[in-house]
Amino acid sequence: MLAAIRPDSWNYALFLHVLGASVLVGALVTAGAMQVVGWKRDAGQGAAMFARLAFRTLLFVAVPAWFAMRIGAEWIYSKEGWADVTSEPDWLGVGYITADLGGILLLISVVLAGFGARRLARSDGGSTILARSAGVIALIVLLLYLVALWAMTAKPG
Amino acid sequence: MSRYDWLLFLHVASAFALISAVVLASVLLVVVRNRDVPSEVARLFRLTRLGDVLGGVGSVGALVFGIWLAIDVKGYELWDGWIIAAFVLWLMMGAFGGRTTKSINAIRDRSRALAAESGDAPNPELRSLVRDPRGLWLHAATAVAVLLLLVDMIFKPGA
Repeated sequence: MLAAIRPDSWNYALFLHVLGASVLVGALVTAGAMQVVGWKRDAGQGAAMFARLAFRTLLFVAVPAWFAMRIGAEWIYSKEGWADVTSEPDWLGVGYITADLGGILLLISVVLAGFGARRLARSDGGSTILARSAGVIALIVLLLYLVALWAMTAKPG
Repeated sequence: MSRYDWLLFLHVASAFALISAVVLASVLLVVVRNRDVPSEVARLFRLTRLGDVLGGVGSVGALVFGIWLAIDVKGYELWDGWIIAAFVLWLMMGAFGGRTTKSINAIRDRSRALAAESGDAPNPELRSLVRDPRGLWLHAATAVAVLLLLVDMIFKPGA
């Protein structure tokens, strides 16, 4: 019932958090889909193009959205006064773990996608292993954030 | 978990699916503007099916679970100002989104036909189609309607 009773002054922080999280999920869906579509293709059939676009989507959309989500989360955390509570609820812990672990995995995925796209762009066709690894990690991050979405809304514990 | 918890999760998850469709379409529309090779555009626009599914499921889910929440939660009524505003914005989003989808599908279908005819040769007709600003403006209007829906849901003006 938090959404129904929170003070108006919390809304800006919550808006930044939810906007960042939703765009982050959208960027992960987009990048993940591009890497899945490019998975079975060779460089001449668009694998390089999809790998490059997935990399740019992660770098220019997902990473800024992650920061918006994380800054919004910290902002609303301080507004709600959770720092003064001795025993935090489970859903808050799930949110922290998924956000930070997802952030690290997102960074790894961006780096792998960047190198993978460069390799695929080589004249000899290059290897797809890095781009594929980046795709798998991006989809794992997406799953993590779906768990976080469930924890943030259903608030278990 | 209470029914409220489940309804809120499904409502927000639907909204995230809808926003994912907007992000996907935004990326595709920006990327495709610099391309005029039919086979490339056709390959890129294979992803529009995912966007159609996400947009359809997300918009209907957000509406259905949102109405259910408004009925279920004490203190909210379907005729509250911010909920009526959400209905209006949802209709606007649907109208703009539907026209954006038609515009995108037209480019996709033409690029497929041109790819079958002329293969990988750059095509001036396709170039003018992908650079037509109407599709971009329609998509921008859809994105603004979705953003305003999010603002309405968070700030609940008048509630």
